[in-house]
Amino acid sequence: MKRGFSKSRGGTIRLRLDPVEITVLDDLVQQLSDLVSPAPVDPDADPLAALVGIDEHAQIPVDPALLRLLPDAYKDDEAASADFRRFTERSLREGKAERAATVMQGLAALAASDGQAEISREDSQAWLGSLNDLRLVLASRLSVDDDEGVWRRRIEGDPEAEQGTVVYDWLTWLQDCLVNAVMK
Amino acid sequence: MGVSIAPVEIERPDSDTVVAPDHPWITLVWNDPVNLMSYVTHVFMEYFGYSKEKATELMLDVHEKGRAVVSNGSREEMERDVTAMHSYGLWATLQKDD
Repeated sequence: MKRGFSKSRGGTIRLRLDPVEITVLDDLVQQLSDLVSPAPVDPDADPLAALVGIDEHAQIPVDPALLRLLPDAYKDDEAASADFRRFTERSLREGKAERAATVMQGLAALAASDGQAEISREDSQAWLGSLNDLRLVLASRLSVDDDEGVWRRRIEGDPEAEQGTVVYDWLTWLQDCLVNAVMK
Repeated sequence: MGVSIAPVEIERPDSDTVVAPDHPWITLVWNDPVNLMSYVTHVFMEYFGYSKEKATELMLDVHEKGRAVVSNGSREEMERDVTAMHSYGLWATLQKDD
C-alpha cells in the first residue's frame, strides 16, 4: 500500500504514514490546537452570551498566522468586522480545535496499528481542514506570498526556513492526496 | 359567548404586488498562494453543492482574477457563508452588491 491517503475500490479512504511522519504531524497538530483553542470562558461573562458563543473580548489577532485563520469578514468596515468577530470567532476557533482533536485521535489509532488505518468520510473533512489550517500557518511563518514560488528563493540559506519548507511541501502533498481521494 | 380558536386574520399583501426578494449582499472569495486549486474546488462543491464544472469555473476565477463572487443573498445568509469559508480556511469577505 502506498504512503499517504488512497481510496480502495470499495470507496474506503485509507491512510498510511511512517512512524516519523506520525510523530511530526502529531506535534504540528498539537501546536495548531494550542494556537486556535479559544481562551476559557470568562466567569464574569453574560451567561446567555457565553451560551450562544458570543465573545465580548474577541480582538483582531496580532499574530499574522492566526489572523489568516480568523480573518476579518468585511474588507473596509472595521466596526462590522469587530461585531462579526464577537459573534463568530469563538465557535470558529472551537470548530478548528475539534478538527485538530479528531486528527490527533486518528494519528493515535494509526500509531497503534502499524501506521495504517481507515479514515471515515466524516473524519476526512476534519483532516482536510486541519491540513489546510496547518499549511496556512506555516505559509504565514515562511512568508509565502506568491503563486510562482519566488518566496522560495528568499529563504535560501536559512536552515530553519528551509526545514519549514520541507514540512510545508510534505503537508501540501498529503492534503492534495486526500482531496484527490475524497473527490475520486 | 364561545371562544374562537380561529386564527386572527392577518392582512397580507396581495401576492401580485410582492416584488421578488432582491439579493443585495455577496460573498467574495479572494485568491491566496496557499490554498490548493483542488481543495478550493472541493469546498465549493461540498458547501454550496455546486457541480464540479461550476465549482471549477469559480475556482479558476479566484485564481486568475484574484477573486470571485461565490454566493449572494441576505446579509445574514452571506455572514453564514463567510463563516463557513473561514472554517474551511478560504479567505472570504461579504459586502453589499453595488
